[in-house]
Amino acid sequence: MPLNNYIGFFRILLTLILAMCLRITPFPTDLAFLNPDWVLLVLVYWALYLPERVGIFHAWTFGLLTDVLLGRLLGQYALAYSLIIYVCLKFHKRLRQFPLLQQGLFIFFCLLLSQLLLFFIKNLQHPAQLHASFWLPVFTGTISWPMVYGLLSFVSMFRRIK
Amino acid sequence: MAVVLSLALLVTEHTNLKLGGIRTTLSIFVDPIKYLVSLPNTIVEQITDSATTYRALKAENDSLREEQLIHQTRLLKFAALEKENIRLRALLENSFKLGEQVLVAELLSVNMAPYEHILVVNKGTRFGVHPQQPVLDANGVVGQVFRALPFSSEIMLITDPNHAIPVQVNRNGLLTIAVGSGQLNRLILPFLPSNADIRPGDLLITSGLGGTFPQGYPVAVVDEFTAQPNKAFATITATPKALLDRNRELMIVWSKSVPVPLIAKPENQESTSDAVK
Repeated sequence: MPLNNYIGFFRILLTLILAMCLRITPFPTDLAFLNPDWVLLVLVYWALYLPERVGIFHAWTFGLLTDVLLGRLLGQYALAYSLIIYVCLKFHKRLRQFPLLQQGLFIFFCLLLSQLLLFFIKNLQHPAQLHASFWLPVFTGTISWPMVYGLLSFVSMFRRIK
Repeated sequence: MAVVLSLALLVTEHTNLKLGGIRTTLSIFVDPIKYLVSLPNTIVEQITDSATTYRALKAENDSLREEQLIHQTRLLKFAALEKENIRLRALLENSFKLGEQVLVAELLSVNMAPYEHILVVNKGTRFGVHPQQPVLDANGVVGQVFRALPFSSEIMLITDPNHAIPVQVNRNGLLTIAVGSGQLNRLILPFLPSNADIRPGDLLITSGLGGTFPQGYPVAVVDEFTAQPNKAFATITATPKALLDRNRELMIVWSKSVPVPLIAKPENQESTSDAVK
């Protein structure tokens, strides 16, 4: 059903845009350090549960958009996202069977990998002295995974996306 | 494929090849998100604006009018001083910089990276904004335009760890550089020796060196001077004059980078005066 397809695509797009909104929402300064990488979390969810709809191309595109959104060097989020989505697609069948806790562990390593890549690229640009708080979003992202999981599975249940 | 593409992008932009075009096109899709995120803030502001009472408005109006009167009288004096300055500079055969043009831009309440001091404002290349333009507020220098996109631009504050601004002590003209510290209320002056003539309370103004910032705008006030006897440089900190975290409106400045001689050459002057006679 092409129409259903479009609706499904529109829904995925909407969740990703919402994630991008959340990414730049102004929190009070102390909380801003905790703001996790929502775009990656949402991309990982869709890659795990709808691998035939969300692929590396989507990850790359949204990574590039995130680069522009956050005013980063073009391509760094694109690189990180496409690598992680590649891993997710590779293991999606196994990962879907995992209990939430084990999935959380996987998400933790995903976020850590992405943050590490960003850190390396930042370091290549100019040796940066970074706060330890640079790594905090990894933990908050892992903690908020069950929430993202719940919300997005509700979204995809609402009318089954095929 | 994607990896190669993104690596290529990274390398090209890192080596300073121009990718502005791609960024500009993509920003057209992304900028609505920035406006969307700052929408609640704008709405709240407008509601509070429309909900203020007549009396509050009247009081504000009165105080503003009073303030304007004071500024106006002060400006009268400034006009005379400026003329005098031009005349004196003409005597020294020096040129005088023409005044600056400003554009008021409003802050978008978004947060791009918590460890960098970058603001987003709602005016972009559509309004002629370009990178490296100085940005001021009513109290002093705020920063400079870091990246200009069609509908928004990114402004790096003077307190960003990657930012440095050439300054001058207003009292004695001592030149130095103020570097951002990463804290919103602090600048560092790392390049002054322990015997420098600087003390707490000194006003730092832009020196105009480097060409990015026009000369003579207040930047910060020195608040601590600690001589380091066994090191080459003293540790000096200063507090920015501009209200970096409390501003909604900023001014983007166009300063004429080419000095314009206001007084014609003496020969011409004679000829014109002859003509008048």
